[in-house]
Amino acid sequence: MSAYLSRLASKASMENLSYLFNIVIAMLVGFLLGALLIAWGGYDPILAYASLVDTSLNVSDPYYIAMTLSFTTPVMLTALTFAVGVRAGLFNIGAEGQVYMGALGAIMVASLKLPPTLYLPLAILVGSLLGGLWGLIAGLFKALRNVNEVVSTIMLNWIAFWIVEYARVYVYFNPLRAEKTISMPPPGRLPIIVPGSELSLSYVISLATVVIVYFIIWNTRLGYNIRVTGISYHAAKYSGANPTLTTLYAFVLGGLVSGLAGVLEICGRPPEYAITTGASNLAGLGFDGIAVSLIGLNHPLLIIPASIVIGMLSAGSRGMQIRAGVPLELVKGVQGLIIISLAVPGFTYMLKRIKLKRSLRGVEGA
Amino acid sequence: MLDLTLLLDVVLKSTWALMPILLAALGEIFSERSGVVNIGLEGIMLLSALAAVAVADYFLNPWAGVLAGVGMGLLIGVVHGVISVYLKGDQVISGIGVNLFAYGFVAYAIEVIWHVRGYYTPRYEAKMPRLPVIGVSPLFILSIALAIVMYFILYKTDYGLKVRAVGENPEAADVVGIHVERTQFISTLVGAALAGLGGTVLSIDWLAAITKELPAGRGFIALAIVNFANWNPTYALGGSFVFGFLWTLSEYLKNLEVAKALIPIPLINTIPYIATLAITAGLIGRARPPRHVGKPYKKE
Repeated sequence: MSAYLSRLASKASMENLSYLFNIVIAMLVGFLLGALLIAWGGYDPILAYASLVDTSLNVSDPYYIAMTLSFTTPVMLTALTFAVGVRAGLFNIGAEGQVYMGALGAIMVASLKLPPTLYLPLAILVGSLLGGLWGLIAGLFKALRNVNEVVSTIMLNWIAFWIVEYARVYVYFNPLRAEKTISMPPPGRLPIIVPGSELSLSYVISLATVVIVYFIIWNTRLGYNIRVTGISYHAAKYSGANPTLTTLYAFVLGGLVSGLAGVLEICGRPPEYAITTGASNLAGLGFDGIAVSLIGLNHPLLIIPASIVIGMLSAGSRGMQIRAGVPLELVKGVQGLIIISLAVPGFTYMLKRIKLKRSLRGVEGA
Repeated sequence: MLDLTLLLDVVLKSTWALMPILLAALGEIFSERSGVVNIGLEGIMLLSALAAVAVADYFLNPWAGVLAGVGMGLLIGVVHGVISVYLKGDQVISGIGVNLFAYGFVAYAIEVIWHVRGYYTPRYEAKMPRLPVIGVSPLFILSIALAIVMYFILYKTDYGLKVRAVGENPEAADVVGIHVERTQFISTLVGAALAGLGGTVLSIDWLAAITKELPAGRGFIALAIVNFANWNPTYALGGSFVFGFLWTLSEYLKNLEVAKALIPIPLINTIPYIATLAITAGLIGRARPPRHVGKPYKKE
């Protein structure tokens, strides 16, 4: 797997048109197959996609764009978790659970009696640290016992899910509304940027975090260590980086960022400002991040435009359901199809192979 | 204090709980032995569970559901196999794509097919009947038989040797005339089909329902079992039994007043996952994966 990851990392460093081309192709394939699924369900694919775009990328009404951006907010951060992992040679799919833990941290702070100005900073601190702790646990399993992170992070996701469910039902239940936890009190909430929408200041915090992580990865010793560890364990050792410790740092950094995503969903998304039944307002944010990271070539800055693809799907899925009757889960299916198509190596590569085969045949014939 | 009939009951119920994990793990062992990783097991199980319920419920015949579940597994196997083996794509990305797709598509399809949200329970006739006298599922006997047969194929037949050779050293296998790509593709199909059978067990045999999170991490627990079973089908049998037992035990604890008073139900639900982490951390280190696993074989 490490060879695959290093290949992926080197791939990302060669951002060029052919990769952009591949992504466009993958998205086309995903949407085309999605249209077939819509038709199979007995709905009108054209109406469905038209409503999807009209309620997500419609520039005539700032509400729609604001909603799309609000959905990019958490997935930018969970995408960072995955991207940092890939840079360190890890397949860290634990963002999902780290989001849950981060949100739980924010709710813990919300339950306290505090001076009003303390809610927000403390929620960010506690939530991010809980997310970081969740990353650290996966990191320790990897570093000390060589447990495959694909397995450990998924197990931790489920453990986090049930811990949050426990907290929702037994500890932080809302005495007035059974379907959610207590809410973040108003002083701990982030101001809304576009009135009437769900776009809050958390979007700006998310963007800033992306830039900070970009800076860490490309301009600090830690980032260098992470990148060199991702390329080769031995190279990392010779360069003076401690690969074991670096792996831990990469997990913790990823966890902190996804923990923050959970906090921002609690402090920055109206109307609930709480965790709902079955963590339904958080479910899937971590996995959406994987899609964003892959579409963004696992590069922190490319995550920003890539997140718009997923943000648009999430925002537009509601309009698609209302106007065309298509169940909104379809967009997650389309997302999966895009990722499967991304796994197919580029057409340029395939053309090269065909050429090579022809030339080899020529040699044999001679 | 220990009630023998109770213990027997838990053991009997474990025979259901172990099947999905065992089948997915067996399939993944066969696939990884040839060098192809499939982390989309969870998604295949979910998609096959859906196909099995839909077909079994339509024909009111559980065996039709089994065919549909395995068929769906094969279909995803073809996609994953073509991408991984022939197009030399990224096996891990393809697998994660399958998982994401399944998660969305199944929720969508439940609504399209049955016009309900999130949950459907098939009619009684669609459910797999138990075998008379011993009371286990016929698929349980099949699962155990598959584990033993797979052991013999892998270790006692020429074909098994070819599969392992391809996973260890495809260049050498190629040189002695083994069709590397064909072997890998067949192994991928077998792996996906068995994961599909595992999903079928979930939806029309054991739990007799379809939800969008039906496998609940079992596809990944199967990946863990592949690791600490050291890619050996017979060890996977033992490992799956341990997990089947733990899963049943946690279900049993949920109905026990003493336990419920002590640990709240949501926390009892964490037992299988914590156990997976603990057991994996405790046993790993001795295991050695096939040398060429996860890497596409490029001839040129």
